[in-house]
Amino acid sequence: MAAVASLANLLAEQRVWRGKPTALAPGKQPTGLDALDAVLPANGWPEASLSEILLPADGMGELELLLPTLARLTRADRHVALVTPPYVPYAPAWQAAGVKLSRLGIIAAPAHDMAWAMEQALRSGSCGAVLGWPTRVDDRTLRRLQVAANTGNALGFVFRDRTALANPSPAALRLEVGRNQLLVRKCRGGNPPSPVAFARAGV
Amino acid sequence: MLWACVLLPSLALDSVLRGQPAPDHPLALVHGPAQQRRLVAVNLHARAAGLAPGQRLAEAQAVCLNLTTATYEPGRTRASLTLVAAWAYRYSAQVLLDPPRAIMLEVGKSMELFGPWPDFEARLRADLLQLGFAHRIALAPTPRAAHVLARQQDGSVVTTPEALPESLAAIAVTRAGLPDKLTGRLADMGMHRLGDLLALPRAALQRRFGKTLVEALDELLGKQPHALAAYQPPDRFTARTDLGCEVKQHQALLFPLRRMLSDLATTLAARDGGVERFVVRFGHMDAPPTALAIGLLAPERAADALFEVTRLRLEQTRLPHPVLDVSIAADDLPPFVPAARDLFTPHTAHALPWPQLCNRLHARLGNDAVYQLRVDPDPRPEAACVRDDATPATDTSTPPRPTWLLPRPIPLRGPAPTVLAGPERLETGWWDGGDIRRDYYVLELATGQRAWAFCAPGTRGPYMLHGWFA
Repeated sequence: MAAVASLANLLAEQRVWRGKPTALAPGKQPTGLDALDAVLPANGWPEASLSEILLPADGMGELELLLPTLARLTRADRHVALVTPPYVPYAPAWQAAGVKLSRLGIIAAPAHDMAWAMEQALRSGSCGAVLGWPTRVDDRTLRRLQVAANTGNALGFVFRDRTALANPSPAALRLEVGRNQLLVRKCRGGNPPSPVAFARAGV
Repeated sequence: MLWACVLLPSLALDSVLRGQPAPDHPLALVHGPAQQRRLVAVNLHARAAGLAPGQRLAEAQAVCLNLTTATYEPGRTRASLTLVAAWAYRYSAQVLLDPPRAIMLEVGKSMELFGPWPDFEARLRADLLQLGFAHRIALAPTPRAAHVLARQQDGSVVTTPEALPESLAAIAVTRAGLPDKLTGRLADMGMHRLGDLLALPRAALQRRFGKTLVEALDELLGKQPHALAAYQPPDRFTARTDLGCEVKQHQALLFPLRRMLSDLATTLAARDGGVERFVVRFGHMDAPPTALAIGLLAPERAADALFEVTRLRLEQTRLPHPVLDVSIAADDLPPFVPAARDLFTPHTAHALPWPQLCNRLHARLGNDAVYQLRVDPDPRPEAACVRDDATPATDTSTPPRPTWLLPRPIPLRGPAPTVLAGPERLETGWWDGGDIRRDYYVLELATGQRAWAFCAPGTRGPYMLHGWFA
C-alpha cells in the first residue's frame, strides 16, 4: 500500500515526465466558441497565461473572437484593459456585444512603455483580461508578460502580425485568425489540433 | 472621568536635546537681546554648578567656566508640546493642552482598552522615554487636580472625587496653579496649604477674594467644567527634510522621501484619513523650488503606495538644479474608504486594485493615459463614442457597427470589395456645424477583412474606410 501511495504522490508532484502528457483540468475561461473550446486542451483560453492572436490584417474577426469573453468578464465586474489599441474602440459596437463599458479601461502608452503598462496591468491582479497591441516585441518581453499573467491570474492577449509565427514564442496559446477559420499553432498541454471553422456573424 | 497629566518639566531642554546623548557638562538655554541674555533652562550639571533659570548669561559664565549654551526657541518648545499631544491622541480621544509644559488626557475610557492604570502608566512612560522627554505623570478625577498632583509628586494616583480634597490638602497654595496675585495675599493671611483654603466657607471666600479664586477651586475639585483647549489633530500635513548638501541624483532623494511619506501615512492612519493630492517641493540654492504635484485617483494612505507613485513621478521629472531640501505638503486630507474585498476571493501576492493600478500608470504615462468610453446617442460615428466614463447611455444602435473606428477616415484602396450590407444613410449634425452626409457600407475585402466604409450619397465608390469589424 505504501509503495502505491508514494507512486501516486510522485505523479501528483509532476516531477516525473511521462511520455503521454496528462490532460489539463478543464478551465474556467470558455472562449464562447464551442468548436474552439472543444479542441483546446483547457477547454477554453489557457488560464492565467498569455495567448497570442496572429493576424494577416486588421478586421479579420479577431475582436469578434474575444468579445464574448470580454463581455463575460466585464459583466462579472472584472476589469478589462486595452493597451495601445490600434484604432478607436467604437463604444456602441462594444456595448452592443455585451461589454460593460464602465469596466473597460483603455491605456494609451508610448511604444517604449507599452510592454511596461501591459505587464503592470497583468501583474496587478485587478484585471480579468489585458489586451495589447505591441508594435514590436521580443521573446524576453513576451516571457515577462507570460510571468505577469501568471502572477496576476489574468488572461493576457497579444495581437501580432502573422509573420511573427516564424519565431518561437513563450505564449501558452498561439492562435492564427485566417479567413473563416482559426488555426491553433501552439497550445500548451496538447498537440495543435486541426483548423476550426470560424463563421463570422452576419451583418 | 479620570485624567492623567503628563508634565514635561524640562520640555525646552528636551526639545533641543532630543535624540542626542545627554551631555555630561553644564548646558543652558539662553534667550533675549544680545546685551542681556538670560538663562531659560539649565540641565542637571548646570544646576549642580549653581546656575538657575532667570540668571543673566554674564553672571552664569562667571560662576561656571565650562558652560555651553544653546538658543531657546519658543516655537520649537510649542511644537514639542503639540507632538506630545499628537502622541497622546493615540491613547485617548480627549487630550487637553495646558501650555507651556503639560498635557492632560482622559484615561477612564482608555483603560478598558489598554489595561489597568499601572500597566497603562508603564506604557505611557515607555513611550515618552522613547520620544526623549523627561516627564511626570499623575492621575486624578479632574484635569487641574492631575496637573497639581503631577507637580507635587510624580506617580500620585487619586481615583475618586471624594478622596480628592484630602489628597490636595497638604499641597502648598503657591504650587496649586492659582492666580499669582491671589497666592501672595493668601500667604499674607497665613493660609499656606490648600487644606486651609478648602476648609473655609465658600461664600466668605467669594466675598473676600472675588469670583476668580472660587472658580479656580471649583475647577480643581471638578465642581465646574475646566476651560482648557482640547487638542485637535491638524487638518494638513507638512514635513521638510534638509539634505545638508547639494544632491544631484534622484536615488539619493528617495530615502528622505520614503521617510516623510511614512510620516504622512502615520498621520493619515491616526486621523483615519487618506490623501488625494500632495505637493513635493525640491528646494534649490539660487532658484525657485521645483514643485511636483502628485494627484491620486482615490484617497490613499498606504506608505508603500504613496512612495511608489512619488518615485515613478520623480523618475519622469528632470530637476533643473541640485537639491538642497525636500518638503511635502498635503492640504486636503479626505476620509479614507478602504477598497472592499471579498474574503473568499483568492488574491495574488502582488495584487493591486484597479484604482491603484491606474495611479501607477498615470504616474508614468501621464494623467490622460488611462480612460474609459461612453456611448453618446449621436448618430454620427465620430460623436457616438466619447472618451469618458461619466454616464453610460442606454441607447444602443441596431445597425451594424464596427468594433474598431479609425481616428479619421482614410481612402480605401485595392480591388473592388464585396458589399455585405448597406447602404445606410447618415445625414445629420447640422446643429453644430459638423454636418455629414454619407452612405455607409459593410464591405468584405479580398483579404477577408471586414471594413466599414462610406462614400458620397448616390455613388458606389471611391470608398472612405472608417472602421474595421474586427
